[in-house]
Amino acid sequence: MPNSRPTSPHLGIYRWRVNMWQSTLHRLTGLFLCIGTVFVTWGLIAAASSGAAWGAFAGFSGSWIGQILWFLWVWSLLFHLCNGFQHLMRDVGMNYGPANRDRTHNPVYWSGGWAIIAISVVLTIAVWLLLILRVAGGAA
Amino acid sequence: MSAYPGQDGLRNPLKVARGDGASGTGTRHWWLQRVTAVALVPLSIWFVFLIGGLMHATYPVVLASIAQPVHAIFLIILSVCLFWHGALGLQVIIEDYVHTRWIEVTLQIALRFGAILGAVACVMAVLSVWLTGTGYY
Repeated sequence: MPNSRPTSPHLGIYRWRVNMWQSTLHRLTGLFLCIGTVFVTWGLIAAASSGAAWGAFAGFSGSWIGQILWFLWVWSLLFHLCNGFQHLMRDVGMNYGPANRDRTHNPVYWSGGWAIIAISVVLTIAVWLLLILRVAGGAA
Repeated sequence: MSAYPGQDGLRNPLKVARGDGASGTGTRHWWLQRVTAVALVPLSIWFVFLIGGLMHATYPVVLASIAQPVHAIFLIILSVCLFWHGALGLQVIIEDYVHTRWIEVTLQIALRFGAILGAVACVMAVLSVWLTGTGYY
């Protein structure tokens, strides 16, 4: 039986601002990273099992769908990390509160959100370039 | 009026004194989420570099890497924090979006079983590679 308790106002009444993208992305990346933990568990169990089991895991990781998943997991992790860092900063009261939200007084409060999204993308590309260069350089 | 601060009507003074609020658990969830998050900041950055280094690695190299004591210990702590933090987050998602009580309770129990299963599986996998010495071949 669905309960009849009141729910929050419908999202359609709000104008979209960056903090809503941050909140939505934080939750979606968190959800996606939870699927990633299952993948990591597969990897560790495979490593503990046998060479063949590890081969199956490594084979899937190296396939095109595996590579797309790894790329998305790296970005999800970095976004969740950067945005989580902002959460922790605000938890200790930094750049937080009604006065800070006032755009005329503190544009940094809002642009910080876009900076987090941009930094997470730049870091993801940087990590990927590093991995590609490392493999191409034969260091592995 | 009230005999105790925060007391009104039929509210039990003990409930006010405990300060646990409507959830019955106070700030425990909030704190655990933050503490596991702080632990995961260095651990997850380290993990990205670990798996990056193991890309295209052969099976014995992977085993040797996991079996390095520092790697094994960090992997175990990472596994526990990861599943704990993930379970805390999924718990809130279920609380927010699942409004049919019996489905919500079923999912919450399944989530806890799944998180413990995953964490134990990861920890045991790391321990077996580390302690059986497979990695030293």
